[in-house]
Amino acid sequence: MSLRLQARNLACERDDRWLFRGLDLDIRAGEIVRVEGPNGSGKTTLLKILSGQLADYEGDLFWGERPMRQAREAFLSNLLYLGHAPGVKAALTPLENLAWYQALAGQPRDESSRLAALESIGLVGFEDVPTGQLSAGQQRRVALARLLLTPRPLWVLDEPFTAIDRDGVRDLEQRLVEHARRGGCVLVTTHHELTPCAELRRVRLGAGGSDGGH
Amino acid sequence: MWAFIHKLGSPKWFYGISQRLQPWFWVVALVLIAVGTVWGLAFAPADYQQGNSFRIIYVHVPSAFLAQSIFVTMAVAGVIFMVWKIKIADMAAAVMAPLGAAMTFISLFSGAVWGVPTWGTWWMWDARLTSMLILLFLYLGVIALRGAFASRDSASRAASVLAMVGVINIPIIKYSVDWWYTLHQPASFTLTERPAMPTEMWLPLLIMVVGFYCFFIAVTLLRTRTEILRREANKRWVRELAGEAN
Amino acid sequence: MAVTERMTTEAADVDTPSVEPQGGLGVAFGATVKRDLVLLLRRRSEVMNPLVFFAIVITLFPIGISPDPELLATIAPGLLWVAALLAALLSLDSLFRADYDDGSLEQLLLTPQPLALLSLAKVAVHWLLTGLPLALMAPVLGIMLALPAGSYAVLALSLALGSASLSLIGAIGAALTVGLSRGGVLLSLLVLPLYIPVLIFGAGAVQAAILGDGVTAHLAILGALLAVALIFAPWAIAASLRISING
Repeated sequence: MSLRLQARNLACERDDRWLFRGLDLDIRAGEIVRVEGPNGSGKTTLLKILSGQLADYEGDLFWGERPMRQAREAFLSNLLYLGHAPGVKAALTPLENLAWYQALAGQPRDESSRLAALESIGLVGFEDVPTGQLSAGQQRRVALARLLLTPRPLWVLDEPFTAIDRDGVRDLEQRLVEHARRGGCVLVTTHHELTPCAELRRVRLGAGGSDGGH
Repeated sequence: MWAFIHKLGSPKWFYGISQRLQPWFWVVALVLIAVGTVWGLAFAPADYQQGNSFRIIYVHVPSAFLAQSIFVTMAVAGVIFMVWKIKIADMAAAVMAPLGAAMTFISLFSGAVWGVPTWGTWWMWDARLTSMLILLFLYLGVIALRGAFASRDSASRAASVLAMVGVINIPIIKYSVDWWYTLHQPASFTLTERPAMPTEMWLPLLIMVVGFYCFFIAVTLLRTRTEILRREANKRWVRELAGEAN
Repeated sequence: MAVTERMTTEAADVDTPSVEPQGGLGVAFGATVKRDLVLLLRRRSEVMNPLVFFAIVITLFPIGISPDPELLATIAPGLLWVAALLAALLSLDSLFRADYDDGSLEQLLLTPQPLALLSLAKVAVHWLLTGLPLALMAPVLGIMLALPAGSYAVLALSLALGSASLSLIGAIGAALTVGLSRGGVLLSLLVLPLYIPVLIFGAGAVQAAILGDGVTAHLAILGALLAVALIFAPWAIAASLRISING
């Protein structure tokens, strides 16, 4: 089965307001798709729909050739989603946080791979410090370490650059491109301007509700 | 079949059909309730034990029936909404909850009034009254939960789940309260459990019950129509309707 | 209207075989239990608060009613049960809230494992660190209420069994209200009416033990209630969490 996420005629209505309508998307291996649009245009909602969190939409979603509703488990085993909130526990150390994610992903417990992930994300020396004592950017890095820890082809990232310093942004951007070149695909929203490259593609969401019948 | 269900689920279609059905239910409800009231209060024989005070069952029993039926109906509407995403079911569930709570309150209040001549007190921890009181709390929970969400979609779903959880619990609550009551209280006579009621007594009661159900349907149709207009205010057909009216 | 705009020519069409679903539900369940245990044990006050609350509420009754041991003995089973029930309720609001706030709840929803079973892991930890300690502590408070001898074991056992049902039912309410900023009071309103059957049979078991009647029936019914809760509650919790995460 090849990596392909499709949306046909996707529409989302939230409390009588159309966030978007008639959206066709075809995301394939080797692509970085950046979802753009002003605040309130439904970027996060679109990402939540495309990551299978929100079932409240009209239109059709396909994972590979199968409708999403039938392929849910297969889809989730391919997905790595990072939302607005980093999803790390302040009272646990980075290592412990990653251990939980490792177990959730069905991977064997393996401390060396966790240490390697933390090292390459730039958290050497902070492995055993409670995450709550780290800076916002470092906490975000703990979440980002999951990109290295759990090999998943489809990355859905909602504002991953938040609170990351300039070097970190450059590294992360590099990682996204590498992931796409290795045959993965990335769906991302960000206010940060991505460096244009062959893999990058943009999807623009209009100002919300333009078709809402006004 | 599917086409029919989806047609039924279309607010516009429902708005049209309910307009035609509604007057019939109002007429039948008012006639039955009027007949039942006059018959029950003026012509039915007095109870040999309780005298005239038993006549309160003509309000107490129909409202108690309705209170329970509305909760079940609300949960069924919740299932329909959750499974088939038919919005009209949720609109109906939303308008039913306050009516159900009102019916529960009426049955509690009439039970309390009836308690004065019978038990000599406004409140007894009678099994039925206790179950009714718990039902009232369940209704209030559903109403409060629906009101607490900022997003109406989430509110609808949450209220549906709670109604389903409640409906699974109602029989469990009812049986455990009955069991609790028999344990703590020597069996005394209750309002509704009576040996063979004569026909002249139960026939008006039956008429009242049917009348109350028609009343419930009529009110639900009326209020669902209002809810449709409120929620679909942006839709073209509603605006055309408003245009015609002006 | 959304506009899709292709910036590049067709991206290199690499056919990556996608990952097949892996098993490991047991691993995920165990890791979630362990994580929640560690988290709660690092914030011990949260574990202690319901226990202290339980003790304080029980202290209030002799002060508010009468120190007469005979009177206290008659109402002790009910008092202990009601106070334990309220204490367990107290800690429910935080069951999913921290996970909701820091985003790990989202991640829990996105695992290929069934959410119902993973939420069961969280409920199990809640019972282990709230219901069970309350049950173990209850006999001590029973002494203070002059609870007649012979009913202490039944008190602890009925509370241990019953509080598992309470955790399961309460978790539905916690899941429904986790997205609301002020869910606490609403949570009690939703959950308390559903607690009544457990209270009736739990307190009934202790009363039966005092009267010297058989308690097997009561405990069996408590067990049956737990079984029903175990069957239905996880699905309701999962559905409610999905609703709340989109609120």
